[in-house]
Amino acid sequence: MEIKELYREIVNEHNLYPSHKKETEAPDLVLKGVNPSCGDDIVLMLKLDAEGRIADGSYTGSGCAISQASADMMLDLILGKTKEEALKLADDFMDMVRSTADPEQIEALEEAAALESVSHMPARVKCATLGWRTLREMFEQKEG
Amino acid sequence: MDVAAIRRDFPIFDKGDCIYFDNAATAQRPKQVLEAIEGFYRSTNANPLRGLYAWGVGATEAYEAARARAAKALNAADTAELVFVRNTTEAINLVAYSYGLETVKEGDEIALSVLEHHSDLLPWQMVAKAKGAKLRFIEPEKDGHITEEAVAAAVNEKTRILALTQVSNVLGTASPLKKAAELIHAVGGVLLADGAQGLPHMRTDVQALDVDFYAFSGHKLPGPMGIGGLYGKRKLLEKMQPFLRGGEMIEYVDRESATYAELPHKFEAGTVNAADAVGLAAAFDYIDDIGYEAMEAQETELVRIILEGLKDIPHVQVYGPADAAEHHGIVCFNVEGCHPHDISSVLDEEGIAIRAGHHCAQPLMEFMQERLSMEFRATARASVAFYNTKEEAERFVDAVSKLRRWLGFGD
Ligand SMILES: Cc1ncc(COP(=O)(O)O)c(C=O)c1O
Repeated sequence: MEIKELYREIVNEHNLYPSHKKETEAPDLVLKGVNPSCGDDIVLMLKLDAEGRIADGSYTGSGCAISQASADMMLDLILGKTKEEALKLADDFMDMVRSTADPEQIEALEEAAALESVSHMPARVKCATLGWRTLREMFEQKEG
Repeated sequence: MDVAAIRRDFPIFDKGDCIYFDNAATAQRPKQVLEAIEGFYRSTNANPLRGLYAWGVGATEAYEAARARAAKALNAADTAELVFVRNTTEAINLVAYSYGLETVKEGDEIALSVLEHHSDLLPWQMVAKAKGAKLRFIEPEKDGHITEEAVAAAVNEKTRILALTQVSNVLGTASPLKKAAELIHAVGGVLLADGAQGLPHMRTDVQALDVDFYAFSGHKLPGPMGIGGLYGKRKLLEKMQPFLRGGEMIEYVDRESATYAELPHKFEAGTVNAADAVGLAAAFDYIDDIGYEAMEAQETELVRIILEGLKDIPHVQVYGPADAAEHHGIVCFNVEGCHPHDISSVLDEEGIAIRAGHHCAQPLMEFMQERLSMEFRATARASVAFYNTKEEAERFVDAVSKLRRWLGFGD
């Protein structure tokens, strides 16, 4: 996909009209993720239910359209999922932007699969993965 | 100036697929520079300053001739005052370690501006921390200018070092170096000028400016990467300890101690980068052939086209002075609602290469965010050189006028 097409088809919508860019009340997990080289930042907030599913969640932050839109799409995907399912999706996403994902993995990413073309934009990989990296780190810290 | 003819000197433009507007990050090189580097390796190569055979002497001569050429470009009083280093960053670190740590004492001050590149900030943070000294910042005007009054206000009896960029890599403004030198000398301190963005755009005479240290990078000139220079006044360099120690920079060594070589070799430990020094000399020759005046005229004309064009585009904010001649080829801008990284990615698809981000000047980004209500702590930056064309500037303006639409805004 060309870059302008990527923005037109998907990034702009999620960046300018995000579904999940807001505060979550009384979140169980909160973590700030930053891209020091770009100044992108997001704060990811999640609420877990009794079975450990992600019952609710949101993000706030500021940064480039790709980082913000990717975080919005990530929340679309992970709401209602267990920690294991969410982390599997994070792996799929990381593989996709490194061009090592198989078709099944890409399919699992639904709309976020549109960001596959970021794999040809090495300078933007960090932006696209900011939300996912923050998610991973959040669960790691919870374990630790 | 015949820009079309000049462009033919630059082999990279044969690729033809890019409007290169990131010249402040690194310039492109003409074939004269490339041929000089290759020529050294083809016909002059040996280890300079070591071999006593004819080839070694030839390599030494080529290297020392390059030094003389660089010293002449800056109008240094003495060729030995020009030390070859890798780049501006290394030059400033050399001064910070070998002069700063020796000279600055607890309670002293180091003055520098908010415009400084991280390369002219972090070394001074290191010295201040190590010595218990204070960093005192000079605040620019909103358009990036540093006034003589602001410099005067930051310099006092405790100031040992004043570090100022010659030209800001973000706002393009030039600092009042001559006046700054007067002010710091009146209190017995020294002035270091960061010439990384200055020397590519303005003829610089270190004696007329009376700077004590002057740092520059070859790759911004249009010279090679990996070579740069530190000019220092002889009386200062002579008193300084070496920065790096090892081969080539000694006079006599026994098991426990060593005495050091004369200037400038005291500061050039290890095998030197002779080929790129020769390439740097060719870059100075190239600049002289074209002439700084002609280069400046072309760059100012391109900036004028860009400033005029961007002024008429809604939601575009341009930073820096109103006068094109005061930009030294650099135009920083933002487009409301659009992050600079997205701007850069989309322009890249249009075949336009610009820089986006904090430009290694985070304190300045913070200043601009507060004082100029910048939306993000980052800007887009187009930087032109004399080999860019008016048509490129016009195509750039046209692309910027479409950015908001490409990034999803309905206007
Ligand atoms: C004003 C200024 N100072 C210092 C530097 C550092 O130059 P270099 O990376 O060649 O050491 C740069 C360029 O990046 C610059 O623009």
